[in-house]
Amino acid sequence: MSTRTRPSTRRLVVVGGLVSLLVAGVLSVFASASPDGLEHVAGTLGFADTARDSAAAGSPLADYGVGGISNGALSGGLAGVLGVLATAVVMAGLVLLLRRLGRGRG
Amino acid sequence: MHVPDGFLDAPTSLGTAVVAGGGVAFALVRASRRELDDRTAPLAGLVAVFVFAAQMVNFPVGAGTSGHLIGAALAAALVGPATATLCLTVVLAVQAFLFADGGVTALGTNLLLMSVLAVWVGYGVTRVFLAVLPRRPGSVPFAAAAGALVSVPAAALAFVGLYALGGAAPIPLGALVTAMGAWHVVIGVGEAAITFLAVSSIIAARPDLVHAARGRLPVLELRTPEPVA
Repeated sequence: MSTRTRPSTRRLVVVGGLVSLLVAGVLSVFASASPDGLEHVAGTLGFADTARDSAAAGSPLADYGVGGISNGALSGGLAGVLGVLATAVVMAGLVLLLRRLGRGRG
Repeated sequence: MHVPDGFLDAPTSLGTAVVAGGGVAFALVRASRRELDDRTAPLAGLVAVFVFAAQMVNFPVGAGTSGHLIGAALAAALVGPATATLCLTVVLAVQAFLFADGGVTALGTNLLLMSVLAVWVGYGVTRVFLAVLPRRPGSVPFAAAAGALVSVPAAALAFVGLYALGGAAPIPLGALVTAMGAWHVVIGVGEAAITFLAVSSIIAARPDLVHAARGRLPVLELRTPEPVA
């Protein structure tokens, strides 16, 4: 391996987290709005209309927008940032819990 | 690839939820015993966050259709398959409950397809490629990309299998296999490209944290210089 110093884990997580925030908050605004592979196939083969609204369809963040914000880019970008934060909190909680239980077992 | 509510009937949705629950429970035990340690745990958080972010960015694949990363093979290569299942499970749950992306009654189906099946298929293919590629960290992104390429059509075809069991509408299976398979091979190419870039970045920065690079890092030898006579 090269002799250059490797970034610390903290630095890696901070930089990676910032990249993720940029992807979810900015790049996602430029994402393709076309139906995805499954939606496209459902449309062409004629079972798209069997989809029902999710029980979470009334969520203020439904369909990657923030309820009450009319600017599409702002609403979508903010939803992305909130999603990144929510994922981080839930995953960190799960990992900490598993680490604690793992230690308890010896 | 996120299955909405209503595509599959209730018994099939329930069945997939039970199997997916078993897969997630297995992953909880395996991740805490074999994969997660204090050194690699932060990377697990980063992987979940990155997969959520990347899944928001649909890329066009032609004919008015798009695809987005699943991230199953990417996560499995970086943090191990069991931890990857947990990352994808957290992402899919956040998407289903906060963003209404993927159904709530279909959550078990989506977990089975993406956080269990795509992870293990992707990881299996990655391991096969790791076994034949040169034994160095630089091989890991190629092996992960191969796993990514296969994992997407595998999940799509598994959906077709579930649809054959409990699809809401009578659709000719041959046509469904062809359409789902073909589109998801193309989406799989995008999946492979993103996986290659992401895994390459972590391999370049911190190969010592990458699960699939375990045993491929050069062993540091401590040598004492010969005394000069």
